[in-house]
Amino acid sequence: MGQPIVEIRTSPHIHSSPTVAQIMHNVIYALIPLAAFAVYQFGISALVLIITVLVSTLLTEMMFARLAGRASTLVDSSAAITGLLLALTLPPGFPLWMGAVAGFIAIALGKTLFGGIGFNLFNPALIGRAFVQAAFPVAITTWSPAFAPGRFVEFIPSTFTLPLMRPDDLSLWIEKINWLRGLNANPGETVDAFSGATPLAAWKFDGITTNSMDLLTGMVTGSSGESSALLILLCGSYLVMRRMMDWRIPASVLAGAFITALMLYMFDSESNPDPLFVLFSGGLMLGAVFMASDMVGTPVTPLGVLIYGLLIGFFTVIIRTFGGLPEGVMYAILLGNALTPLIEYVTQPRVYGSKKQTGAAR
Amino acid sequence: MRLLQSLLSLNRKGTFAHGIHPPTSKSQTDHLAIRRMPFSEKMMVPLSQHFGAPAKSLVHKGQEVVRGEPIARADGFMSVPMHAPVTGVVEGIELTPTARGPKAEAIIIRTHHAASQQVMYGADYDWQRATAEELIQQIQKTGMVGLGGAGFPSHVKMQVPEDHQIDTLIINGCECEPYLTTDHRMMLEKTDSLLLGIRIALKICGAERAIIGIEDNKMDAVEAIRAKLEENDPISVGVVKTKYPQGSEKLLITALLGREVPSGGFPYQVGVVVNNVATLSQLGELIPNRQGLIERVVTIAGPGVSKPGNYLVPIGTPLRFALENAGYFGDASRLILGGPMMGNTAASLDVPVTKTVSGILVLEQTQSSSEQQKIYPCIQCSRCLDACPIKLNPSQLGRLAAKREYEVMADQFHLNDCFECGSCSYVCPSNIPLVQYFRIAKSVNRERAA
Ligand code: SF4
Ligand code: SF4
Repeated sequence: MGQPIVEIRTSPHIHSSPTVAQIMHNVIYALIPLAAFAVYQFGISALVLIITVLVSTLLTEMMFARLAGRASTLVDSSAAITGLLLALTLPPGFPLWMGAVAGFIAIALGKTLFGGIGFNLFNPALIGRAFVQAAFPVAITTWSPAFAPGRFVEFIPSTFTLPLMRPDDLSLWIEKINWLRGLNANPGETVDAFSGATPLAAWKFDGITTNSMDLLTGMVTGSSGESSALLILLCGSYLVMRRMMDWRIPASVLAGAFITALMLYMFDSESNPDPLFVLFSGGLMLGAVFMASDMVGTPVTPLGVLIYGLLIGFFTVIIRTFGGLPEGVMYAILLGNALTPLIEYVTQPRVYGSKKQTGAAR
Repeated sequence: MRLLQSLLSLNRKGTFAHGIHPPTSKSQTDHLAIRRMPFSEKMMVPLSQHFGAPAKSLVHKGQEVVRGEPIARADGFMSVPMHAPVTGVVEGIELTPTARGPKAEAIIIRTHHAASQQVMYGADYDWQRATAEELIQQIQKTGMVGLGGAGFPSHVKMQVPEDHQIDTLIINGCECEPYLTTDHRMMLEKTDSLLLGIRIALKICGAERAIIGIEDNKMDAVEAIRAKLEENDPISVGVVKTKYPQGSEKLLITALLGREVPSGGFPYQVGVVVNNVATLSQLGELIPNRQGLIERVVTIAGPGVSKPGNYLVPIGTPLRFALENAGYFGDASRLILGGPMMGNTAASLDVPVTKTVSGILVLEQTQSSSEQQKIYPCIQCSRCLDACPIKLNPSQLGRLAAKREYEVMADQFHLNDCFECGSCSYVCPSNIPLVQYFRIAKSVNRERAA
């Protein structure tokens, strides 16, 4: 029998907060309804895409853990979050092999290179997404219709594209689906749940806006998990209510986007969409609620959080309006992540009993 | 109607920004009246129980001492005397272990159990006719130090520099540390001596009013005190919100008066002197009788204690004896002196209760291997910033500490304003021992400066 080990303890002797693992688990719980809705909306292709990306992120994580000789960090679940988030930002018919590449890049480049959880500057899911956006520009903007008949038994043709092969052109398939629904009867109705164009692209390239109510409930097409703004808000509220998410971040991102869009709209309401459309369309909601708020890569100071959020909202709308892409939230968040150290540096809070800010440039 | 009233009065309760709400855990002892603890066979009175120079022994081996008799004198202004906690015989002056670890000199007394332990020492003192200077001397003679924790000599605290005018005396009755209920019980049971102590302190510092700051979870104490106030009494009660660390001197000043003590400064710079409830109620008892501080109220509580309560413990009583009287027979591994947020662990049970021990807690064993204890890197959740009452950036400080950039921490991120309240560590989901890092950083900086 050895000596009893005397534990060295220092104050405080009590502690209360969810653990990192608990926070991670709850984020996963909050993402599951979004994944489920994506499957309901896009069918079996979305399901296998989500599974593929997840398996890819988890395996990559495990591989790097083994290479580095440290215990697998699977238990912190952050790789699963990365996988889920990444899958939800991809088009449902995205070729599986590309999804696997995206998952690999997200973990390998976005996370592990920086030293693992807590050290990464950027949201890993967005790194993965940015990579495939650059590498596979066509596939990532090829959308398939929501609520296609037979979606639970039939795969979207592009899903099983072989590696390095050009994915099938979906237009024939979309025509088939529309024909199945008898939609050819009114050819004027091109933008709705049944066409292949996302509301954002439709607005950007054809000047057609989509009903805000449809956007809110997700009766439109888009990336797997980005379509229902309402569901995203609900799932985010769950996290906020459990005090596991900082509500100030999504709130300020949305505020930033709304204000910018409102100003553009007031300046020229012909060529700019109305601000509500901006809020509820595309990846803004998912980005604001689940990606901009990923704590790692966000400032910690109260004022910093506000500035960070407003900037992301602002950049999103600016990129959508003036950039070549219909969607800007991804780059806006990466930009926000990059600015975080600077934002934090200049927004140190005023310490009790002192006149000037902490650490601020002097 | 009552709801409406309480809603309205809620708005008037002072508080400070940020802070945390740990479970107060006070119900175990807050209804138990103060009880006297028996005298242990052996007493150990350390010569240094306070901030400042250790006292100088006045006794020798074999000398008979009477309870209340001075046994050590103050060594200069920044020091206080010690008094015999029991009638007995001096066994010697020995190096004994202290709660902090290193051994220190203490007067060892063997208790005469046959002797009546009445305090025979002392004499009447008409404090009302004394001047402020005389009263300050008198306070030094009681050996009083801040009973709230730091052990700063009380007479030094009351001595206000010439060029500062004090308008308000604040009495700290917040007792925001979980588990502790000594101040609460004293406000209920020793209301008269508390008020007397406050009047003495008012006379010394020349303030025109005194405010007793009490958290709103102790409304019975608020009522008890209000019932004893006279008409146009300069003393009043200020109810503040129950929040940790409301009992921090500077934050209480902010909560009650809206004044902010400058960084690195003292309360007198904003016209305030702060004293603790326990300190003043003891002074209210000691000064009129010219007696010395020989015992104090200690909360003994926690899940491991079978007879929890507030005990009047003679200073010098070994921890083991005190704990056995409270029904705890285990070892020191789960022991905390003071409150769970800022208290210290005790290295052994063979150390004495000193003037600054406000509580002895036996907490639940922590499972060091569990997920609850695992340390992760900072995930930048900003909880610590929302908790820090001084509005520091513990996250940033922690990241700098990991890189050992201790000087940057002090020069640019106000490390020295941190008073180690523990709020940041308490809320950190990554279990980063922030406060411990900050303590190390401060002591390294001190050594570098020396
Ligand atoms: S311990 Fe220091 S840094 Fe942490 S909350 Fe308290 S004052 Fe702030
Ligand atoms: S509470 Fe802990 S994890 Fe959160 S920001 Fe502060 S140090 Fe980092």
